[in-house]
Amino acid sequence: MLRIEDLHVKIGEREVLSGINLHIADNETFILFGPNGSGKTTLLMTLMGFGNYEITKGRILFRGHDITHAPIYERARLGVGMSFQRPPTIHGLKTRHLVRMCSRQGEIDVDALARKVNMDEFLERDVNAGFSGGEIKRSELLQLMAQKPYLLLFDEPESGVDLENMKLIGHTVREVLTAGLEPRAGASMKQQRALRRPVSGLIITHTGYILEYLNADRGQVLYNGHLCCEANPRDILDHISQHGYQECVRCLN
Amino acid sequence: MEKIELKDFRFSGSTLGEVADLRTLDAADKAEMLMSGIDVEERERAGSYLQVDHGRVHCKSLQKGVEVLDIKDALAKYDGLPDYYWTQVDKDKDEFTRSAAENLHGGYFVRTEKGAKVVEPVQSCLFLKGDMIGQNVHNVIIVEDDSELHIITGCSVAHGSKGAAHLGITEIFVGKNAKLTFTMIHNWAESTVVRPRTGGTVQEGGVFINNYVLLKPVKDLQSYPVIRLNGQGAVARFNSVIVAPKGSHVDTGSRIELNAPDTKGEIISRTIASGGTIIARGFIGGNSVPAKGHLECKGLILGGGVIHAIPELLGSVDGVELSHEAAVGKIAQEEIEYLMARGLDEEEATSTIVRGFLNVDIMGLPKELQDVIEATISESEKDMF
Repeated sequence: MLRIEDLHVKIGEREVLSGINLHIADNETFILFGPNGSGKTTLLMTLMGFGNYEITKGRILFRGHDITHAPIYERARLGVGMSFQRPPTIHGLKTRHLVRMCSRQGEIDVDALARKVNMDEFLERDVNAGFSGGEIKRSELLQLMAQKPYLLLFDEPESGVDLENMKLIGHTVREVLTAGLEPRAGASMKQQRALRRPVSGLIITHTGYILEYLNADRGQVLYNGHLCCEANPRDILDHISQHGYQECVRCLN
Repeated sequence: MEKIELKDFRFSGSTLGEVADLRTLDAADKAEMLMSGIDVEERERAGSYLQVDHGRVHCKSLQKGVEVLDIKDALAKYDGLPDYYWTQVDKDKDEFTRSAAENLHGGYFVRTEKGAKVVEPVQSCLFLKGDMIGQNVHNVIIVEDDSELHIITGCSVAHGSKGAAHLGITEIFVGKNAKLTFTMIHNWAESTVVRPRTGGTVQEGGVFINNYVLLKPVKDLQSYPVIRLNGQGAVARFNSVIVAPKGSHVDTGSRIELNAPDTKGEIISRTIASGGTIIARGFIGGNSVPAKGHLECKGLILGGGVIHAIPELLGSVDGVELSHEAAVGKIAQEEIEYLMARGLDEEEATSTIVRGFLNVDIMGLPKELQDVIEATISESEKDMF
């Protein structure tokens, strides 16, 4: 799905990512940990192709395409989708209209999708205008459900979300990542998986709440622009919640 | 702004004569009229008034409860309309008002009956066809107590016009608990000079909503309608959408006077300079309490030009609540990138944001008119990015 090779990224004069190597396989969910300022958001923004992030070395391969220097919309159309942590408000643009534009495969039932994330009452409101933390997440998920990307990039799906919303968001993230895969009569899950489109996830989390709702395969810590400590995400979380990131300091220095 | 020499224009001698069926008009003229909201089929209209150059060509009331007349006929029928005519605009304000007073060519008189809810809009078009024509019109709108009316007025020039001057007086009277929606669409040309002079009053519980759309080039336009909210609970709202391409000089704004308790005024303007100059004015005066006013003028400069926003608030009593919000800037890169991350290319993203910015939706216009405006916006986007 995604292969990142020796990626170096600068913001202005400062190198924020220093030689990132990462491979995410089809149907795999990868969790990224790391303290504030370690470069996690930079990695996601670079994968999406935002302007302020300058790639000085390395490359990004997505489903066989070299997207290192591709414009944002080309990545989106190839199937990279991102949930923003703090998306901008767009005045005069109705959420319904944006959701419809997200789907490039033709007409979708916007109302049915919106009901799934409890956003049906927001469809006639301007995009992100006065939305609470939970509403922003639900709106982002709604757009992603319409967009149907192969690779989902989530920047802290739990930030600013209350417990009630967390459950809905957790279940929806899971649903988007499994793309409706569940045991059913007629076809085994293995057969279903072979037939449907592959979906992978790259999720940044601080609190790990999201791990309650999905089965993440692998995790790693991003510290000071370097990726380290590959392990089971729950083990990483368990360690960080007890000891913080001290071990990274010891390990990397 | 250059000085307008009225003597350069012809103020007499161009009349077309009566056109009974608007569908028989010249195809090119019809196309221009369509862009300013005129439905030549008159299917969903409560009445029509059409003037070309110096005289009326068509005038019809199509529904009960509303009277549409040529102003000259109205002056004859109602003894010169002493309670209305030249009461809202000062005849001696400037050379343009004087020109209209001295040599009246026409204009519309629209009056509702008391209590009549006129659902379909009345349409009017003041059209400039001949070269270097100067047109003086005087319009009077009376919305009697408890009645409702929507007027769509389009002003237009013939395709390829080499020059024209439109001087228009409009006087508006909104009665008690009455409602007027007044939608004006200007569809001029690079060579047209325009000087509307508008004033009106709103009585107790009355509502006045003014929508103004100017998307096409105009050489020089200056307009500053004044609405006085004289009755308790009266409300006025101005929504303007203005685009000034290269060569356009647009000096426009509106003034609301809150002269009675519980009055509310709102002025919202969205302007885009794409090479031209826009002076976006707004004035709300609070002279009675409780009263509220809010002014919002936002401008984008896309591809050159000047926007000069002049929001003014004047409070003259304790307890008045007035506020304003003004901004002149560019489209935020963050917004473009957000939409690009959803698969829109840069041009689609920019265009989506511009449409949202102009937000014609809030005017609540009939669908076909909204479509015409959207189409005109996408055409004018060529100059913006």
